[in-house]
Amino acid sequence: MAIISSAFAAEGEQTTHESVGAGEAHHEGAFPPFQTENFAPQIFWLVIIFGLLYVLMSRIALPRVGGIIENRGAKIAADLGAARDMQSKAQAAAAANDENLRRRRDEAQAIGRDAQHRIAAETARQRALAESQAGEKIRAADERIASAKTTALGNVEQIAVDAAAAIVEKLTGAKIDQSALAKDGATSSH
Amino acid sequence: MNPEEAAAKPNPIEQFELHRLWPFEINGVETSFTNASLFMLLAALGVVALMVLATSRKAIVPGRVQAMAEMLYEFVAGMVRQTAGTEGMKFFPFVFTLFSFILIANLIGLVPYTYSVTSQIVVTFAFAVVVISLVVLYGLYRHGFGFLNLFVPHGVPLPVLVVLVPIEIISFLSRPVSLSVRLFANILAGHITLAVFGGFVVMLLGAGVWAALAPIPLLAIVALYALELLVACLQAFVFSVLTCVYLNDAIHPGH
Repeated sequence: MAIISSAFAAEGEQTTHESVGAGEAHHEGAFPPFQTENFAPQIFWLVIIFGLLYVLMSRIALPRVGGIIENRGAKIAADLGAARDMQSKAQAAAAANDENLRRRRDEAQAIGRDAQHRIAAETARQRALAESQAGEKIRAADERIASAKTTALGNVEQIAVDAAAAIVEKLTGAKIDQSALAKDGATSSH
Repeated sequence: MNPEEAAAKPNPIEQFELHRLWPFEINGVETSFTNASLFMLLAALGVVALMVLATSRKAIVPGRVQAMAEMLYEFVAGMVRQTAGTEGMKFFPFVFTLFSFILIANLIGLVPYTYSVTSQIVVTFAFAVVVISLVVLYGLYRHGFGFLNLFVPHGVPLPVLVVLVPIEIISFLSRPVSLSVRLFANILAGHITLAVFGGFVVMLLGAGVWAALAPIPLLAIVALYALELLVACLQAFVFSVLTCVYLNDAIHPGH
C-alpha cells in the first residue's frame, strides 16, 4: 500500500526481521485504526483510565464543584437577604426619624407659640400695672394740685381781708375786726 | 520504492500508528502500554488537573481555572438537565466524565506530535457500547418490558406501526455505530487533512520554483486548524448530547 509510511514500513521491516514476523502482514495491509491487534491494549487502558477518571469525578471533583457553586449561591442569597433586611431596617429607621423630626418640630412650634403667648400676656400685665400706677400718680397729683389751689385761694381771701383791714386802718385809723371783714367778704363774695 | 525517496514522502496515516511503549500481556491478551494509552492518561490527568486540583481551594470568588471548571460543570449539568430532565442528573457524573475526557483528548490531539485517542474506532466504539449498554440496562431496570415502548411511538395507527416498529428497532441498533463512527471519522479525517496539507507544504518546498506556492497550503493548515478546534469541541459536545438523548429514552421510553 503506497500510502503507508515509508519510514514506518522500514521500521516495520526491521522489527519483523528481529521478531517473529507476524506483524508484517498487519503493517502492510491495515489502516492503523482498523488493526485488530491494536484493539485489546487500547480497550484495556481505556477501561482502567476512564474508570479511574469516572471514580475521581463522581466521588471528588463533581461533588466539590457542585458544593462550591451551591455555597456561592447560598452565600449570595444570604447576603442579598441580609442586604434586604438592612435596607428595610434603614427605611424603618428613616421613617421613624422623619416621624420623630415632625413631632419635635410640632413640639418646638408649640413651645414657641406658648412662649409668645406668655410673653404677650406678661407684657400686657406689666403695661396694665404700669398704666394703673401712672394713673394713680396722676390722680394723686391732680388731688395735690386741687388742694394747693384751694389753699392758695384761701390765702388770697386772707390777704384780701388783711389788705382791707390795713386799708381801713390807714384810712380811718380804726382797728377793724378781721373776722367781720372776712364774714362780709365771705358773704359778699358769695 | 527506495528508502530515501520514501522517507521524503509525508505519510498522513503514520500519526495513527500504535507504538508499544511498555509491551506486556495478561493471560495471553495483549495489554501493552502504548502511545495511545499514554495520551489517554494525559487527557485524564488534564481533566483531573482542571476539576480536582484547580478546585481544591473551594474559593467563593473563583480564580481563572476554577471558573473554567465551574463553567464546564454548569455547561454539562445544563445539557443533561435540558435533554434528560432532572431525573437524568443521576447520569451527570458519567456524562461529565465522558464529555470532559473526549474534549480534553480531542484538544490534546491537536497539539503537533501528540496522539489523538479518539481517532481510534475501538475507543469511540467502546464509549458507544458503554452508553448503549447503560441505556438498555437502565431502561430495563427502570421500566421492565415497558422499556420496549421505546420502539412503539404513541398515537400511531396499527398499520403504520407494522412499518414503524422495525424502523425504530433498526435506528436503535444503529445508534452505537453512528455514535462511534461520527466521533472517530471526524477526528480521523481532520487529522489526515492537516497531515496531507502539511505534506503539500513539504513537497512544494522540495520542488524548486514551486516552493513559492508553499505558503498556500500553509495558510490552508491555519484555517483547517481553526476548523479542527471547532470540530474537537463540537464532536465532544455532540457525543455527550446524544448520550443524554439516549439516556432520556431510557428514562422516559414513551415518546
